[in-house]
Amino acid sequence: MIFLPLMGFVVNGILGKWMPKSLSGWLGTATVLGSFVLAVMNFMELSGGTPEIASINTKLFTFLSVGDFHVDFAFQFDRLSAVMTLIITGIGTLIHMYSIAYMHDDDGLYKFFAYLNLFIFNMLVLVLGSNYLMLFFGWEGVGLCSYLLIGFWYKNVDFGKAARKAFVMNRIGDLGLLMGLFLIYDTYGSFEYQEVFRQVFIGTADSTAVNTAIALLLFIGAMGKSAQIPLYTWLPDAMAGPTPVSALIHAATMVTAGIYLVIRSEAIYALSPFAREIVMWIGLATSIMAALIGLKQNDIKKVLAYSTVSQLGLMFIALGCGAYTAALFHVITHAFFKALLFLGSGSVIHGMHHEQDIREMGGLRKKMPITYLTFLIGTLAITGFPFLSGFFSKDEILVSAFTHNPLVFGLALISAGITGFYMFRMFFVTFHGTYRNHHHPFEKVHESPLLMTLPLLVLAVLSVVGGAVNLPHYLGEGISGGLHHLLSYDGGGKFSPILMYPEHVIELSHTAEIGLLAMAVSVFVIAFLYTRNKYVVKGAVPEADADQQGMGKVLSNKFYVDEAYDVAFVAPLEGASDTLTHYVDEKAIKSAVDGVGKGGFGLSKMLSKIQNGNIEYYLVYMVIGIALLLAFNLF
Amino acid sequence: MSLLNIFNQVEISHYIYLSTVLFAIGLFGVLFRRNAIILLMCIELMLNAVNLLFTAFSTYMGDSDGQIFVFFIMVVAAAEAAVGLAILVLVYRNTRKTDVSFLDQLKG
Repeated sequence: MIFLPLMGFVVNGILGKWMPKSLSGWLGTATVLGSFVLAVMNFMELSGGTPEIASINTKLFTFLSVGDFHVDFAFQFDRLSAVMTLIITGIGTLIHMYSIAYMHDDDGLYKFFAYLNLFIFNMLVLVLGSNYLMLFFGWEGVGLCSYLLIGFWYKNVDFGKAARKAFVMNRIGDLGLLMGLFLIYDTYGSFEYQEVFRQVFIGTADSTAVNTAIALLLFIGAMGKSAQIPLYTWLPDAMAGPTPVSALIHAATMVTAGIYLVIRSEAIYALSPFAREIVMWIGLATSIMAALIGLKQNDIKKVLAYSTVSQLGLMFIALGCGAYTAALFHVITHAFFKALLFLGSGSVIHGMHHEQDIREMGGLRKKMPITYLTFLIGTLAITGFPFLSGFFSKDEILVSAFTHNPLVFGLALISAGITGFYMFRMFFVTFHGTYRNHHHPFEKVHESPLLMTLPLLVLAVLSVVGGAVNLPHYLGEGISGGLHHLLSYDGGGKFSPILMYPEHVIELSHTAEIGLLAMAVSVFVIAFLYTRNKYVVKGAVPEADADQQGMGKVLSNKFYVDEAYDVAFVAPLEGASDTLTHYVDEKAIKSAVDGVGKGGFGLSKMLSKIQNGNIEYYLVYMVIGIALLLAFNLF
Repeated sequence: MSLLNIFNQVEISHYIYLSTVLFAIGLFGVLFRRNAIILLMCIELMLNAVNLLFTAFSTYMGDSDGQIFVFFIMVVAAAEAAVGLAILVLVYRNTRKTDVSFLDQLKG
C-alpha cells in the first residue's frame, strides 16, 4: 500500500524523461489508485471483520538500533490511520488524475508526478507509522516534497522564494516537534505509540508539567505544518505552486498532519488542560485573523489559502475543546470541499490561461458550466449551507465550542460567518457579473477537459454527502456519530482505543442545539444575501490595492505580518549573515584556505628541487630512509 | 663427516661478519660508483650477502625456512638482473654511455 507510490516515484523519477508524457501521468495515478484500493480493503478488514482487530501492524525492519535504543520501521493501520489513509489516497487519486490534464503542456511533467508520488508516500508513512520517529520521517518527507512542489516552476524567482519560505517556516515547527519527541523519549523511554500511551495512561510519569511541555512542543510542530499563528504566512505564499499541488498538499492532506499529530497524541493532551487551552486560543485567533485577511484578497488561490488557514484554526478549536471527532470530521469534509474548490479554481485558471486575479474575471458561469456548478457546491459546503458536509462538521465544532465556553463559540461563529462573506464574494465576482478582462477575449475562455471536470464532479458529490460520515444525533441515534464510534470503539475492552479518554460529552438539549444551528444558518444567510446584493445586484468590483483605505488596507496587506516578520527576524538575520560573510567568510576563512594552498605550493616548489632526476641521489635518500626506519625500530 | 658438520664448525659470528662486510661493500658500491653495470653487480652483492646470512642462520637454528627464502630471493634477483641488464643495453644504445649520473631526464 505504502510502497506503490514510492515505486511510482522511482520509476517516474528515473525513467520519466524517456517516457511519453501521458504514461508517466497515468502511472502516477495508477499507483495512488492502487494504494487507495488496498486501503479500502484493509479498512474493510478492520471495521467489518470478525473477530475484531484493533490495528494491522507490520514490522518491516529495524530502523535504528543504538545501544538499547530501538526504533522499528513499522506500520500501524488502526482506525485513525485508516481514515487519514482513505482521505490521502482517495483525494490523491483524483488530484493525480486532474493533474494529467492540468499539467499536460509542462515539460517537467514526469518530475511533477514523481514529486506527487513521493509526497503521497511520505504522507502515508506519516499517518501509518507506528511510532513517533516514523511520524517524524514522514513529516520531514512531506516538508521536502512541499518545498519541491511549491518551487516546481523554479525559473520564477518569486516562486523559489515562496518555496524557501515554506521550508524555513516548517523547519521552525519541526524543531518544536523534534524537541517534543526528545522529551517523550526522555520521559517514557519509547517512541512506540502504544507503549507511550500505555505509560501515559497508567501514569508512570505522572507529571502534568512534563505532559504540558510535550503537548506544547508537539503543538509548535503542528503550528508549522498546519499553518497556525505565528507560522501561517507560508501557506498563502505556497500558492505559487501548480494548483493541483495547492489542492493536494495545502488543502487536503499535508496541513492536516498537525491535526493528526494532536489527535494521535490525545492521551498526552488529555492530561494537560493548559496545553489544550493554548491550542484552542491559537486556533481561534488564527481562524479569525485568516478569515479577515481573506476578505480582501483578490487572487483566487490566495482567498482559498486564507480560507484553509481559517478552517484549520477551526479544527484546532475543536481539538482544544477536546472534541477530537469533530476535528477529524472537519478534516474529512474540509478535504472534500477544499480540494474541490482548489481544483475548481485550477479549472478557472486553466480556462483563463493562467489569470488568477478575480477582478479580471466575471461572468464565467456561462462559459464553464461544470466548474460553476461544482464550485457552487464547494462554496455552499464550506460556508455551511444546511445538510451539506461542511454544515455538519462545522456545527459540531461550534457545538463543542459552546459547551466549552460560550465566548469561544461566539468568536468561532464570527469566524465561520466571515467564511461566508469571503467565499461568496469570490464566487460572485468570479462567476457572475460581467466579464472584465480586456487582454483575453471572452470567447477564448473555455471549459476544462473531462479529465479535469470528472474529479470535480466526484468531489462535488462527496462534498454534498460527506456529512454522512458523522451525522449529528438529533437526526436519529441509529445513523449518527459513525466516526465517533469508529474512533472511540474499544472492541469491548479487547484492545486499546485510539481515544483513551472519553470525549467531551456534548450534553445539550435538542432545542439548544437547534438554536445554535439556527444561529449558524442565519449567519450564513446574512453573508449570502449581503455579498449577493453587493457583487451581483450592484455589480461592484473589488477596488485596486492602492485604493484601499483604513481597515481594508490593513487587511489587504495581511495585517502587515509579513512586513513585521521581515523587520523582526529576516532583516536582523540577513544583517548578521552579511556581517558573517564579510568578516568571517571573506577575511578569516578565505585567507586561511588560501594560506593552505599557498603554503602547499611553496613547500612543493622547495621539495621539487630534491627530485633532480639523478639516480645516485635517489639511492642516497633511500639508504638514509632505510637507516632511519631501522633506527626508529631499534631504539 | 657430513657437510652440515663442516658448516657448523665455523662459528655463526663469522658468517655475520662476512655478510656484513659483503653488504657494506655492495652498499658503498651502489652509492659511489657511477657505472651502471657495477651498480647492478653491487646490488647483486648486497642480495647475496643477505642470502648468506639467511643460510647461516637457517643452519644454525636447524630451521629450513631461511633456505626457502634464499631460493625466492635468487629467483627475484635473477629476474631483476635480467630486466636491469635489458634496460641497460637500451640505455647504452641510445646514449653510448653506461654512466648513471647522466641519466637525469626525469627531474621534477
